[in-house]
Amino acid sequence: MIALDIENVTKSFGGVRALTGVTLSLNEGERLVLLGPNGAGKTTLFHSISGNILASSGRISLFGDDITQLPPDARARLGLARTFQITNLFAQLTVLENILLAVCGAQKLTFKFVRPLDRYDDIQKRARALLEEWNLVDAADRLVRNLSYGEQRQVEVVMALSGEPRILLLDEPTAGLSPAETLRVMEMVRKLPRDMTIVMIEHDMDVAFEIADRIAVMHQGRVIAEGDEAAIRGNQQVSDIYLGVE
Amino acid sequence: MRRYSLVILLAIAIFAALPYVLPTYYLSLTTKILIFVLFAMSLDLLIGYTGLASLGHAAFFGFGGYVVGLLVVRGQVSEWIALPAGVALATALGALFAVLALRARGSYFLMITLALAQVVWGIAFGWRTLTGGDDGLPGVKRPTFIVSLADENSFYYFVLLMVGLSALALVAIVRSPFGHALRGIRESETRMLALGFNVWRHQFAAFVISAAFAGLAGCLFVYNTRFVSPDVLHVVRSAEVLIMVILGGVGTLLGPAIGAAVIILLEDFVSSLTQRWLLILGIVYVVTTLFAPRGLVGLYRDYFSRNRKR
Ligand SMILES: Nc1ncnc2c1ncn2[C@@H]1O[C@H](COP(=O)(O)OP(=O)(O)OP(=O)(O)O)[C@@H](O)[C@H]1O
Ligand SMILES: [Mg+2]
Repeated sequence: MIALDIENVTKSFGGVRALTGVTLSLNEGERLVLLGPNGAGKTTLFHSISGNILASSGRISLFGDDITQLPPDARARLGLARTFQITNLFAQLTVLENILLAVCGAQKLTFKFVRPLDRYDDIQKRARALLEEWNLVDAADRLVRNLSYGEQRQVEVVMALSGEPRILLLDEPTAGLSPAETLRVMEMVRKLPRDMTIVMIEHDMDVAFEIADRIAVMHQGRVIAEGDEAAIRGNQQVSDIYLGVE
Repeated sequence: MRRYSLVILLAIAIFAALPYVLPTYYLSLTTKILIFVLFAMSLDLLIGYTGLASLGHAAFFGFGGYVVGLLVVRGQVSEWIALPAGVALATALGALFAVLALRARGSYFLMITLALAQVVWGIAFGWRTLTGGDDGLPGVKRPTFIVSLADENSFYYFVLLMVGLSALALVAIVRSPFGHALRGIRESETRMLALGFNVWRHQFAAFVISAAFAGLAGCLFVYNTRFVSPDVLHVVRSAEVLIMVILGGVGTLLGPAIGAAVIILLEDFVSSLTQRWLLILGIVYVVTTLFAPRGLVGLYRDYFSRNRKR
């Protein structure tokens, strides 16, 4: 089944063209890594997939549903989860509270006014199990704003996958991390279920080739190359504009 | 949990005993404090939990009050209808304001709520034939709910009951999944959207609930003073309640309750010395933002966490 289908998507900000006729398609369970130099349009593509911005033209569908005009929360309810390039968490809340909200969202537990959240045993259990599974138990009661940057990135990944999404978008999850932290995050990604479709933006070629089933390279708002490791390494245009920059 | 119940029982006992120990003047001052406690807590739901700073909260307070005043004085309507109508119409006004103001965020949200509230104030001020304009509407007699609430003692108990039940409801709301979602929205709307929450609906609901409790507080206020004038809708009222919330500590419910008590007591104390209440209010605001940005509750917590570290 086709998990994500992006057809000829264009996005311009005023006069700036961030995306020009992007076409990409992912099968369910496929892991795609997006490469591309700064300003290539990778994050803009993520935003238009997740609904944070609306595509100027083109069509995006998720598991067969046309989502081009849907708001982000509706897309999330269809099974899409994401992390942001700039860490986006609930800074004044604890790690546990952050994960609890993610679990509430995933289980569509909203507009419940009476019983305290503490007493929803299934939600509490699920959140604690996630912390356990991803080695965050010790940080459970710490405020997110007091965590190290690396820890915050991990919390954000856990938050994104706590709803068992069908498709997960990771925007540079390892950027700015130490080599050890990068390994931890990559380990997390590797451990994810094989039927979860993943799109990841990554600058590190080695990391990219290791995770990806397929790679797409963006440049100036276009996908200029697509294929497996050999195809990308052998692509002249890619070496010119991307590898040259590195 | 045990300790909480104990504290609540103790508080109930103390508040229930007040009419036996306090002189009438201070009892009615306590009644007034309780009313503003409710008003401030209602605003805290919006500011402290949802992250929406409104500078027009007096609109709901005053509108609820005017509905009661008009129905009782002009319509001779039963209190069984007037009070629920006051709350219901304040709630409806909250829904209208929410739809208009939630198109904006931050200081624009603040400006829109302020502007809308000024419109309501302008109507109350200008529509003399209905509202009595600047002179207001005197003669709002105290209600009779099974027993007459005309005297200070029974009215105090009535207010205590209403404010107590409202406080319990607000505490339940902020602890519920809904209340946690509001905190999430305060921290990051985009993150909540990405988790599948309909942010607008949550903000709308928070706004309407907040307006409902502010409206109830306004109804009680008008019954308390037996009089309603545009003063209840004035921007100074909105600013005053905002300062109560900030002084006590946003996002704590208890803080704004304490802030309300402090401000009302201060106002009472200062009014015998000077007419410059607004100046004093301004000073309180500046001092709070400079020295206790997280309010009195924040100060208390800082003090205790520092002692624990030692
Ligand atoms: N909100 C916006 N308004 C105007 N221009 C924007 C906006 N967002 C992105 N752009 C522009 O669109 C282009 C693509 O930006 P985008 O953030 O998608 O790149 P990226 O590939 O994610 O880069 P990086 O590797 O630095 O994260 C850039 O030229 C950027 O300046
Ligand atoms: Mg980017």
